Amino acid sequence: MKEELFVSGRMNNMIDPTLHIWHWQIPLYLFLGGMAAGILCLAAVYYIRGEGKRYYTAVRITPFLTPFLLVIGLLALFIDLRHKLFFWQLYTNIKLQSPMSWGAWTLMVITPVSFIWCALHIRDIFPKWDWKYKWLRELEKFFNKYKLALAWIMLIYGLILGIYTGILLSAFNARPLWNTSILGPLFLASGLSAGAAATLLLSKNPDERKHFAQIDLVIIGIEMFLIIHMFMGYLAGTQVQIEAADMFLGGPYTMSFWIFVVIIGMLVPAVLEILELRKYHIPALIPPVLVIFGSLMLRFIIVYAGQVSRWLY
Amino acid sequence: MRYAMAVDTRKCVGCSDCVVACQTENNVPLGFCRDWVVEVMDGTYPQLEIEIRSERCNHCVNAPCVRCCPTGASHFAEGGIVLVKKTECIGCGACIASCPYDARYPHPDGYVDKCTFCEHRILKGMKPACVEVCPTKCMYFGDLDDPNSDVSVVLKKRKFKTLIPEAGTDPRLYFLI
Amino acid sequence: MTNRREFIKISLYGAGALAAGAGGYRFFKQFSSAPDRGIIPPDLRRTPTYCEVCFWKCAGWVYKTPEGKIWKITGNDEDQHCNGRFCPRGTGGVGMYYDTDRLKTPLIRVEERGRQVFREVSWDEALDYIASKMKTIATRYGPESMALFTHGSGSSNFTNLMNAYGTPNIAEPSYAQCRGPRDEAFFATFGEEVYSPEITDIRDTRCLVLIGSHIGENMHNGQIQEMSDAIDKGASIITVDPRFSTAASKSQFWLPIKPSTDIALLLAWMNEIIYKEYYDKKYVEKYCSGFEQLKNHVKDFTPEWAYGITTIAPDLIRKTAKEMANAAPAVLIHPGRHVTWYGDDTQRIRAIAILNALLGSWGRRGGFYRPAKASVAGAKIPPYKEPSKSWQDLFPGKFPVAGSVPTNILIDASIPENNPGYPVKGWIINGTNLLSTIPDINTTTKAIQNLDLIVAIDTMPMEYTGWADVVLPECTYLERYDIIRSSPHRKPQIALRMPAAEPMYNTKPGYWIARELAKKLGLEAYFPYEKQEDLLDWQLRQLGTSLEEMKNIGVKTFEREYDDLYFGPDEQVEFGTDSGKIELYSPYLEQYGFDPMPKYVPHEEPAEGFYRLIYGRAPMHTFGRTSNNPNLTELMDENKVWINPKVAREWGLKNDQEIWLKNQDGHVSDFPIKVRITERIRWDSVYMVHGFGHTQKQLTRCYGKGANDTRLITKVLVDPIMGGTGMRSNFVTFLTEKEEQEAAL
Ligand SMILES: Nc1nc2c(c(=O)[nH]1)N[C@H]1C(S)=C(S)[C@@H](COP(=O)(O)OP(=O)(O)OC[C@H]3O[C@@H](n4cnc5c(=O)[nH]c(N)nc54)[C@H](O)[C@@H]3O)O[C@H]1N2
Ligand SMILES: Nc1nc2c(c(=O)[nH]1)N[C@H]1C(S)=C(S)[C@@H](COP(=O)(O)OP(=O)(O)OC[C@H]3O[C@@H](n4cnc5c(=O)[nH]c(N)nc54)[C@H](O)[C@@H]3O)O[C@H]1N2
Ligand code: SF4
Ligand code: SF4
Ligand code: SF4
Ligand code: SF4
Ligand code: SF4
Ligand SMILES: [Mo]
Repeated sequence: MKEELFVSGRMNNMIDPTLHIWHWQIPLYLFLGGMAAGILCLAAVYYIRGEGKRYYTAVRITPFLTPFLLVIGLLALFIDLRHKLFFWQLYTNIKLQSPMSWGAWTLMVITPVSFIWCALHIRDIFPKWDWKYKWLRELEKFFNKYKLALAWIMLIYGLILGIYTGILLSAFNARPLWNTSILGPLFLASGLSAGAAATLLLSKNPDERKHFAQIDLVIIGIEMFLIIHMFMGYLAGTQVQIEAADMFLGGPYTMSFWIFVVIIGMLVPAVLEILELRKYHIPALIPPVLVIFGSLMLRFIIVYAGQVSRWLY
Repeated sequence: MRYAMAVDTRKCVGCSDCVVACQTENNVPLGFCRDWVVEVMDGTYPQLEIEIRSERCNHCVNAPCVRCCPTGASHFAEGGIVLVKKTECIGCGACIASCPYDARYPHPDGYVDKCTFCEHRILKGMKPACVEVCPTKCMYFGDLDDPNSDVSVVLKKRKFKTLIPEAGTDPRLYFLI
Repeated sequence: MTNRREFIKISLYGAGALAAGAGGYRFFKQFSSAPDRGIIPPDLRRTPTYCEVCFWKCAGWVYKTPEGKIWKITGNDEDQHCNGRFCPRGTGGVGMYYDTDRLKTPLIRVEERGRQVFREVSWDEALDYIASKMKTIATRYGPESMALFTHGSGSSNFTNLMNAYGTPNIAEPSYAQCRGPRDEAFFATFGEEVYSPEITDIRDTRCLVLIGSHIGENMHNGQIQEMSDAIDKGASIITVDPRFSTAASKSQFWLPIKPSTDIALLLAWMNEIIYKEYYDKKYVEKYCSGFEQLKNHVKDFTPEWAYGITTIAPDLIRKTAKEMANAAPAVLIHPGRHVTWYGDDTQRIRAIAILNALLGSWGRRGGFYRPAKASVAGAKIPPYKEPSKSWQDLFPGKFPVAGSVPTNILIDASIPENNPGYPVKGWIINGTNLLSTIPDINTTTKAIQNLDLIVAIDTMPMEYTGWADVVLPECTYLERYDIIRSSPHRKPQIALRMPAAEPMYNTKPGYWIARELAKKLGLEAYFPYEKQEDLLDWQLRQLGTSLEEMKNIGVKTFEREYDDLYFGPDEQVEFGTDSGKIELYSPYLEQYGFDPMPKYVPHEEPAEGFYRLIYGRAPMHTFGRTSNNPNLTELMDENKVWINPKVAREWGLKNDQEIWLKNQDGHVSDFPIKVRITERIRWDSVYMVHGFGHTQKQLTRCYGKGANDTRLITKVLVDPIMGGTGMRSNFVTFLTEKEEQEAAL
């Protein structure tokens, strides 16, 4: 029999008996960031491809969500900080090796970009909009001129942000569950899927809806592939990774992960979308809401489970 | 200068004096600890073995906590000691999540805290509080670059290991076995 | 209120207790103005002390912040007890000072609307009350009817007071519940005891044999340090323990003995050592008497014989005997300290003493050294008047060899039905928690019902303070002067304790309490110094130093008068026994009708479904006195019952499952205790750390945590030689649900 114990009570708050330093704020922040990234990437791609008219909602309307998503996300991150007064320290340092620093700076870029993008399309929502001040109008003119460049910045930083939401976790060698390079692409895919779902929610145009349902299906396919790959990677890995995987394969997170993330968040909406494409009548709200819900749950479960997974020694 | 510590698992009795001494010396608030003691027993009665280890931050050479810190609050100080500047720490918890040894904790005042190798003492030529208090004298501290330091001498004489070498952190806390 | 005393909670005021109990304790910042990390204040002040968290009395320094708040305690490098290193309990001693559950003001028991409660009173009123009761007892029954139970370095204050008052009935639990059998056994053998700190030369030993002594969990500081030195020097350690103790895990040989059979093992070792001629012939010839009788006595006690009794394989017995012989005379069969186990303890320790003698380790390097001690002059006081009755008159003929008063005899004598020679009617209890210290709680509570006066002097609200008529809050050792510590060691040495801070709340030092009470009893002459520091200064000056100097150095070491730490090669030694020899065969014990040489007598075994209850220490706690210490509860806040996996499987028990323990007499633990399933304990026994399961609610941190072993020790095997209370004679079974029973407390 092997017995391992802490002789003296280890009782570090939020560390013992298992790490739970990150609560709802971080997964929410990752989800909102990921979804915003997805929306902005899709908007940028279709704009760059010159399909801004065809996919009107995706390029011009859905991005209006992103300033809110990003600001709420940043707020969640801020709430999570325990030493809030020193928040500004994030922006007096550039730490190339720190994903957290990357994230902070990426947000620093993409948040204003998203505001500008919305500003350029504000008349799509409020047709009578007037910028009141001359310099604002000048500014609008300026950005309109460089809109393509702006779209490229949006695309690149959107991709970085989307991948970052996964890399933030996968950079932690200390948590075997997180320590897989699949997490970056997976979270990016999940963000894109949530972004596509957002357009599905907002768009009234059947053509656009159909297109985004197809996009979503492809992304869900990619996600499934990545998830399977991720587990194969764990199981072929070291003891600690096998144990990390076991949390989802019979362990405490099995039910929540497979039911909420995979079945409700991916398979059910995928099936519904296929049915919809086959002209079955499906309430338009349901598939995208499920996708967004699944995307959110993915962040929550990975963030929570990852904190439980640890090295053995 | 490369500071390091070695703990003799064959002499340590797990009394946790190192934990109390650290707590009082460094004013670690009640309910938290910078060091702790682990006991691993293996075997079947009466063929048994126990390894006892007094653990703390490993002051890793390849420290993930320093790497992931977005503000530079976690940094390497003179002699490779890994420290946190509390006026630069935003309390994001990234370093806590990044440490494979769970050696850090969020101080109730907001910043993240951990073992400092008692930098304030070693700067004065004293030994860390835990090393100095240990009734079994099973802890050795010193500069690896000084072949005559307590820690260099004992590492030359004895077999040792580090914790989770697979994690690639290159710890500076050695366990004599 | 002469009887029918009920246990009452210490107080209703408890403001501190409320504050501490109100949740946020975890984040309650204990040393809120202690220096920030990284900054040692420049004008740091330190004052000397010696530690009171256990009886090893290490000397150290109390460091304070610039604001004068107590910050930390560390060892004094010059001190032989600790060599500059405190143990966890000593380091955590600050918690004793900061514990908000402390006793804060004197209390008197009163009857209010039919209920007994404590009333806060002034010191004057409390002491007046005690003095008048004591005077009544003296006139009605004689001063011998007052008893003092005391433990710790404050004892001398009250011993002096009670001697002056005229009672011989002064008892410490360190005798009949602890070291008594050892002291008598070594006295019978070598004419000398082994003292405290023990004169064991562990530092230089080549083979250390531990019979139960669980050094490493038993944190007696000097011993643990020296054991570590010995390990470094490659000494071998042989541990005899039914449990895989920490010491066993550091040993080359672990002998997992069946509990209560140690005498058989010791006899087999003697057999092997004598018949294989391993013993130190020159030494035995020169210094010992009774060798031939011993040789004859152990003839049949072969390792094979012992195997059947102890379950230790014969070749392991032989191998370890050889190991000891190879190391001799630098071998040390440790005399143990808490040795009141099975009622034949004096005989077991006799066997240990004899084994040491055979291997020639007494007086030899690596065995037992000869101690030296500085003698501190006593204050000039009138002679105590000889009491007209002695403690032996309580129960004539009992415990003829006891050199001190067994606590339990005073308790027995407080129960009139026991027909003592004269009644005991009043107790002063200073610093000893009788209810968890003395086994058989029912007898103690019964005695309590028959008393006219109980005074409790303590720093904390404990179980016994709830039974007292008057509770006197002493300040902690960090807030007072105390007697000069002068204990036997390799070199004579003294240490000073002085206050590091003013007494908190309305608490007072023991010296002040004793002296004020003496004044009220007209015994002021026995306390000629108003302030203890004046007495100390006078005493220190006799020793060639002064209070001023000692405040700066804390510890002063003197040179030995002679260079005689060990016996000289041709030294003729006159031992303190009647024959002047080491008595392997003891005419001294024989004259009182006891076996002159130890014999193995089998002990009762557990019935089906029962397990022997054995207990011991955890390194971070001292008995029950630290279980509420904020710093130390952090390390360990409850005890668990150790159960062998086989037994656990049989009972379907899980780790950390809460169970109740019930002993052979039907007594159930007050609280549930968590299960710890471990291979480290035999399947015929269970183990727990003593000092938990407190029933005093005012102990906000430890109330109800774990179980109290003493509660389950109702069957006591009293040592007929000296009155020690054997406590490992109880068997427990497991209850997964609490069984209703008549509450004893
Ligand atoms: N941390 C700490 N240290 C202390 C104290 C404390 O309270 N806390 N108290 C101090 C005091 S006053 C004393 S007296 C000492 C006591 O310390 P020791 O003298 O070491 O006490 P023991 O009762 O000998 O030790 C208990 C051990 O005896 C074993 N044992 C039980 N039954 C048997 C048996 O039948 N045979 C054998 N061979 N072993 C058996 C138990 O498994 C346990 O390991 O500790 C001192 N040191
Ligand atoms: N079941 C069981 N019983 C045992 C033992 C065991 O292992 N198991 N061990 C036995 C042994 S070896 C011994 S030595 C005895 C020890 O027995 P005790 O000496 O009774 O030990 P404690 O339980 O620590 O009680 C000490 C009391 O002193 C108080 N105190 C502490 N400091 C001070 C102070 O400065 N002034 C005053 N006035 N009071 C103070 C504490 O609050 C506590 O109430 O117990 C014996 N009884
Ligand atoms: S103080 Fe020393 S012996 Fe005690 S637990 Fe710490 S390292 Fe081990
Ligand atoms: S042990 Fe943890 S906190 Fe310490 S340096 Fe290594 S990674 Fe950082
Ligand atoms: S919590 Fe503080 S030290 Fe840790 S990574 Fe964040 S800023 Fe750096
Ligand atoms: S080196 Fe200092 S800070 Fe680190 S564990 Fe030891 S006492 Fe604590
Ligand atoms: S051994 Fe520990 S508790 Fe006992 S006197 Fe020394 S430091 Fe204090
Ligand atoms: Mo004791």
